[in-house]
Amino acid sequence: MTGMKPYDVVVAGGGNAGLCAALSAASEAARVLLVERSPRWRRGGNSRHTRDIRYAHDAGEPWAMTAYPAPAFAEDLRSVSDPGSAPELAGPMIEESRSLPAWMERHGVRWQQPLRGSLALSTNRFFLGGGRALINTYYDTATALGVDVMYAGSVVGLDLAGDGRCRALSVEHEGRRETVETGAVVLASGGLEANRQWLRKTFGEGADNFVIRGTPDNDGSLLLNLLERGAQPVGSPDTFHGIAVDARSPSADGGIVTRVDSIPFGIVVDSTGRRFYDEGEALWPKRYAQWGRLIANRPGQIAYSIMDRQSWGSFIPSCFPPVRAGTVPELASKLGVDATAVSQTVAEFNAAVAPTQPFDHSRLDGNGTTGLTPRKSHWARPIDQAPYYGYPLRPGITFTYAGLAVDSTARVLRTGGEPFGNVFAAGELMAGNILTRGYLAGVGLTIGSVFGRIAGREAARV
Amino acid sequence: MSEPSLLTEADRQFTICNACRFCEGICAVFPAMELRTAFEIGDVSYLANLCHDCGACLDACPFSGPHEFAIDIPALMTDARAESYERFAWPRSVWALLTRRGAPLAIFAVGFAFFLLIALATGGGDRLFRTHTGDDAFYSVVPFLWILIPALAGGLYALAVMLIGVSGFARETGAGVRPFRSLALHRRAVSDAVRLEYLKGGGGGCPYPVGDGSGTRRLLHSLVFYGFLSTFASTVAAAIEQDILGIRPPYPVLSVPVILGTIGGIGILAGGFGFLLIARRRVRTRVNAAMLRLNRGFTTLLLASTLTGLLLLVLRATPLMGILLVIHLAVLAALFATFPYGKFVHWMYRYAALVQFRMESDAEPAPQSSDHPGPQPEVLPSPSVPGAVEVSGHESSQP
Repeated sequence: MTGMKPYDVVVAGGGNAGLCAALSAASEAARVLLVERSPRWRRGGNSRHTRDIRYAHDAGEPWAMTAYPAPAFAEDLRSVSDPGSAPELAGPMIEESRSLPAWMERHGVRWQQPLRGSLALSTNRFFLGGGRALINTYYDTATALGVDVMYAGSVVGLDLAGDGRCRALSVEHEGRRETVETGAVVLASGGLEANRQWLRKTFGEGADNFVIRGTPDNDGSLLLNLLERGAQPVGSPDTFHGIAVDARSPSADGGIVTRVDSIPFGIVVDSTGRRFYDEGEALWPKRYAQWGRLIANRPGQIAYSIMDRQSWGSFIPSCFPPVRAGTVPELASKLGVDATAVSQTVAEFNAAVAPTQPFDHSRLDGNGTTGLTPRKSHWARPIDQAPYYGYPLRPGITFTYAGLAVDSTARVLRTGGEPFGNVFAAGELMAGNILTRGYLAGVGLTIGSVFGRIAGREAARV
Repeated sequence: MSEPSLLTEADRQFTICNACRFCEGICAVFPAMELRTAFEIGDVSYLANLCHDCGACLDACPFSGPHEFAIDIPALMTDARAESYERFAWPRSVWALLTRRGAPLAIFAVGFAFFLLIALATGGGDRLFRTHTGDDAFYSVVPFLWILIPALAGGLYALAVMLIGVSGFARETGAGVRPFRSLALHRRAVSDAVRLEYLKGGGGGCPYPVGDGSGTRRLLHSLVFYGFLSTFASTVAAAIEQDILGIRPPYPVLSVPVILGTIGGIGILAGGFGFLLIARRRVRTRVNAAMLRLNRGFTTLLLASTLTGLLLLVLRATPLMGILLVIHLAVLAALFATFPYGKFVHWMYRYAALVQFRMESDAEPAPQSSDHPGPQPEVLPSPSVPGAVEVSGHESSQP
């Protein structure tokens, strides 16, 4: 590896965004190097844990039931998130999303029907085999197009001249540091959510109790590096997207299987054995991500979902077996919470429940508690039939919103507003241009694919 | 792996698969898995035989390999499948005997001695090494009844053992006899079987022998499968010509039996050698020694049957016909002996699993997932409906 040859484009990061950039640059006949932080078996970053992509389309589209016009997509985006720091980028991104499926197919991607039990979405397409299969396909296609791939490598520094152009960069690989001359660089190295030090600094000591849902490689080092070098930030650094995950999860990379879907069916207590939030506040999607933050703010960053046998079978279980007991106090002891407090909480809850409507968890069923604080607005039903089930919960951080500002060519912007001449960004590390909070299923890949393609094309033409 | 720990491990891994579901579109196994929340031995046997060992799910799994969850469905299924063959074989002692190393060769030796003895006893040594032409040339060496009766007896015995096996399987999986009485289910299962539907990887092919999805395995299997059926049809055609139409063998090269047999033989040769050569390139995380022996033994016997059969066809008008016939019959004896006690049983259990799968496929929809909630008919995703935002505007986990 001594004396690495020069490249036209170096892509830092081998997830969906980076791969789209590499494929796009390679099809412009550029010489491309893709540097992936992970070893080969874990290549692909958080994209391995994805399964569908959102895209605008007309009616009569294969794999989709109805049309999904651009205004509907834009409205959906507005409904979950304040406009990102660059709202003028969202519209063109939505327009360009139309061409994504055909482009993906040309690069080897195959589709499947939406997962059973899920809404037959007309807004998203599911790729066959999920995210890792997508990534595998892209790596195969990239290799066939002549892209050089370096695994277990890191881009550690950009040689940025005063004019903001990058002429070379430092790559660390197998304990050695090499300089690589390049015509342009695309940053697609993800967010900050796996940087424990940064998490601790931003969210306090309690952040050590966060579970990192995705790749342990997203330390945001290039993001932080660029910010230090005068790049313009987007997104609020002190928010994160997170959900409730099983406390028994691996500290990183547990993926989708560690999520706990039981919350609306019972009650949630913290380490004191008391409830702290309305478990029945809203239909699934809107509430799902709140719980990451809610649990993060509880003492010890831990909480417990408690239900009885009436709820078992109503939700997809997580990958760990539930804690099970014959009585509420026994369940509490097994979970490691004060049995007296939990028993009292359950008793108070049961006393406040008076179902007036038929129980229906597919809609807001109106079965709320009365005279209880905090109330449970819907799906309140007594927890009184053995066996009792419980899940210990922790905040699972999915991604961070802080990132780099870009223009419509995916060039990273400097604080003065002018772009770096040949430094581009795609994926999570610039998603803050589109989203400041919340999330829309499948839009992460939309952002990564659209801006990845743009970045690769523009980088090749620099 | 011993039975209890295989079951524990299957339960652990399948529970993780059920929490993930990304492989649902690849084959029938994962939709079938999702209909269960706990896994008994019958569920594991069912899923393991429904699995067609394509390996696509291993490539797609982010929790495989060095990942802490250590998911490895192909290896798990192969282990469970091999154990199920043994468990449902009757009697198990004969299975153990006939699946040992060198068993096919030993049976061939026994068969060779048997048919040689018959030939010598009925015609003597000089008849064995003489050229025979004209009607019933083969039967001058080995009389017809000495071929027919062992074949019929062996065939019926094999059929009985296999029926015992598959009914034990259906009992253990919980399917019972009921689905096998349904013509509609059989029609669909036959379609899945003959089209090798679940070797399509959901459209992406199998990663076979390595890397990107291909149709190679499906092609090779089709060659062997249809080749085998063609040689079977050839035997039936010969029986019809001989016993119903009264036309005596050997049959001319351009006759139905010979054409079917030759085409079938070429298919088996192409597919069989393809498997032997290409299969060794397949990188498995863990090799099940028993299954490997079964695969190799069966493939070798099929190839030997085909080669000796084709040789016999080419040299049937020479003095070598007699000894080649004895050899060919001995190889066929070994092949028949391993039908109920070898890899051949795989089609039976897999077919039964396909029938069960078709029966189960009309089950209740799976419970809702938080990131993609279930169908809510009163709020259809249509841009003109104000409620559409609520449904499609998901604030959810990163998919």
